Amino acid sequence: MNNAASDDGFVVFDRVQKSYDGETLVVKDLNLSIGKGEFLTMLGPSGSGKTTCLMMLAGFETATNGEIRLDGQNINMVPPHKRGIGMVFQNYALFPHMTVGENLAFPLEVRGMGKDERETKVKRALDMVQMGSFIHRRPAQLSGGQQQRIALARALVFDPELVLMDEPLGALDKQLREHMQFEIKHLHESLGITVVYVTHDQGEALTMSDRVAVFNDGRIQQLAPPDELYERPQNSFVAQFIGENNKLPGRVETLNGDTCTVRLETGEIIDATAVNIREAGQETLVSIRPERVEFKPEMMPSGAHTINADVLEVIYMGDILRTRMKVAGSPEFVMKSRNTLDQVRLTEGQTVKIGWHPQDARALDL
Amino acid sequence: MSDATMDASLNGPEPTQLKTADGLPLKAALAKSQLRAKRRAFLLVAPLFLFVLITFVVPIGQMLLQSVYNDGFSKNAPALGQWFNEHPLGSPIDESAYTALASDLKQMKENRTQGEAGTRINYDVAGTRSLFTSTARKIERLEPPWKESILGVNEGWSDPNLWRAMRSASSPYTVDFYLAATDHTRDKDNNIVPVDPQRAIYGKLFIRTAILSLVITVLCMFLAFPIAHLLASLPLAKSNLLMIFVLLPFWTSLLVRTTSWMVLLQQQGVINDLLVWSGLIGNDNRLEMMYNQTGTIVAMTHILLPFMVLPLYSVMRTIPPSYVRAARSLGATSWTAFRRIYLPQTLPGIGAGALLVFILSVGYYITPALVGGADGQLISNMIAFHMQKSLNWSLAAALASMLLGGVIILYWLYDRLVGIDNMKLG
Repeated sequence: MNNAASDDGFVVFDRVQKSYDGETLVVKDLNLSIGKGEFLTMLGPSGSGKTTCLMMLAGFETATNGEIRLDGQNINMVPPHKRGIGMVFQNYALFPHMTVGENLAFPLEVRGMGKDERETKVKRALDMVQMGSFIHRRPAQLSGGQQQRIALARALVFDPELVLMDEPLGALDKQLREHMQFEIKHLHESLGITVVYVTHDQGEALTMSDRVAVFNDGRIQQLAPPDELYERPQNSFVAQFIGENNKLPGRVETLNGDTCTVRLETGEIIDATAVNIREAGQETLVSIRPERVEFKPEMMPSGAHTINADVLEVIYMGDILRTRMKVAGSPEFVMKSRNTLDQVRLTEGQTVKIGWHPQDARALDL
Repeated sequence: MSDATMDASLNGPEPTQLKTADGLPLKAALAKSQLRAKRRAFLLVAPLFLFVLITFVVPIGQMLLQSVYNDGFSKNAPALGQWFNEHPLGSPIDESAYTALASDLKQMKENRTQGEAGTRINYDVAGTRSLFTSTARKIERLEPPWKESILGVNEGWSDPNLWRAMRSASSPYTVDFYLAATDHTRDKDNNIVPVDPQRAIYGKLFIRTAILSLVITVLCMFLAFPIAHLLASLPLAKSNLLMIFVLLPFWTSLLVRTTSWMVLLQQQGVINDLLVWSGLIGNDNRLEMMYNQTGTIVAMTHILLPFMVLPLYSVMRTIPPSYVRAARSLGATSWTAFRRIYLPQTLPGIGAGALLVFILSVGYYITPALVGGADGQLISNMIAFHMQKSLNWSLAAALASMLLGGVIILYWLYDRLVGIDNMKLG
């Protein structure tokens, strides 16, 4: 994996800062290196600076400070049309007065390509997204998913090495979105292009990316492959933002290398992995994924601390059972258990002892 | 039971006529159920309908009729009308004709309508109104033979062209006013011939009106495009402020705006003073920017500009900036992106604005009347002249109808080329 500070990346953000009004920074000291052929997702809530970063890379915004390099070249001063970066927009931005074929031919035409070559390339790009028969349609005559494919084909037709995607699936319904996720992923793999993908949908980020950069407040909070991001969040924002998460506030009681014990506000002691804990006595927020919570003693590691939980509600969700319980004073603690044949079903009002593997409880900073 | 009825209705002799549960035809039942709502809707629009009918449809119909119908002569000269019916064109103007003329002139004198009849003939043959009034005054004292005595009063009655004009006017329906409006007339044998080039004014005026309107439309287009683009791309608070400046002329009286242009443009006006003061021109050769076409063009461009800005703005506002961005990211220079992507999408706005400005300026009256001088007069000023000064309403109606026809043709052309559905007026 590329190191964020290294210079050998295909796309490099080097100490990039961006301000619109000269008073606040939208992007604060961004250092990011994206390898050739990588699928990198910028994930974050709206206003976190991820789209600004993408627009700076595309050339529609200028960096206030710092350098953006593409293939070793500083592109700060290169206008968008000379960057040769393919881009898929949120609302597709297919030219409504042109047919699908003309839309795809446009980037080739402005590059002065001959008619025959254009036709071959357009046809190839359309076949790539299985839209070959739609060449004479207008964008308005296509469904959202079809427009999405055309937008994708248009961004790829001139063989760019880098393709940017700005929430391209946001306007599609859930099923189509999941289908398109796999298609984009397959295109990325078969073409060997570098993709920078912006989304606020964490599911999308986890399924598609090689690495995910989680943005918040103008900074990258964590840059990691999806599994690492999900299982080993570095701070409470990432833990909170990616997937569902139970948080238990408390104070570090003992610190022993990587593991620690935390005394919750209500007095109970739990086991946790120390992630960014410096010393005993520090305030902390312990994060536990709902599917890693156990209530059957035989499933817990021996010697683990357990804690009392009052079952408040059991929601049947088909593949899983979602149990909301009151733990350490908080009524928002959630446990997810697989709906298997031999699963024990809890009932409302029942009190059980729950526990977890210390690895799954991560003591983070506040 | 229900199965049986369903079968019957499905396999019945008239499968297309559906019926309600009570056996009524479905269509009749639907109409009945909607009758109340329809009646109420009609009552709501009835005032507007009546208003439009009375103030718009009827006057325009009247105008169209007026352009081909004028009974000023025919209703006052029944005897001559009969004579013209009995004697085809080319018959000698003999005693019988003068007898009919004398009888009609007596009638006119009694009814005091010799002026009305004379005016109608005067439209066709200039200077003949006095012939009617002077002869009618003396008709009581005249004796047969009529030809001799009437010619004795005025030799002018022997003019064959006058008799041709009277024959033509003896029918109230005529296309003569359209001939006049297109600079044509009839010779004494009733052939359509162009008028003397020195008196041919309407054709030139129509052409000038079209050219000036086109110039104004093009000027408005070039001036409005950047403003509209700015309005559409600025943040809302700023664009609202700018919009007020665009609309400000709308809230000012037309007369005030035109007069302020007079203050600016006249030879002793602000612009000339500034130019002289700055030494760009000498005091002796101050620019003539008013009472000519320049004045008309400048003032009308200013007045009609909002009609171009508003449709353009409403179209541009709906074009997301991502289109131009997409074009740029695909490798187009900013000029190519503008020309190939942005401009084509503003066409409905340009079309609507151009059509609006052109149609308005073709019929514009007050501004050219005030700042146009002789050179900057448009066809509507001529229509006003015939309405108010020469009182030849039929000719005015013919000119106005031609203008209306031209505008309708333009509208039809626009519909064919761009489509009225694509027009966005704001």
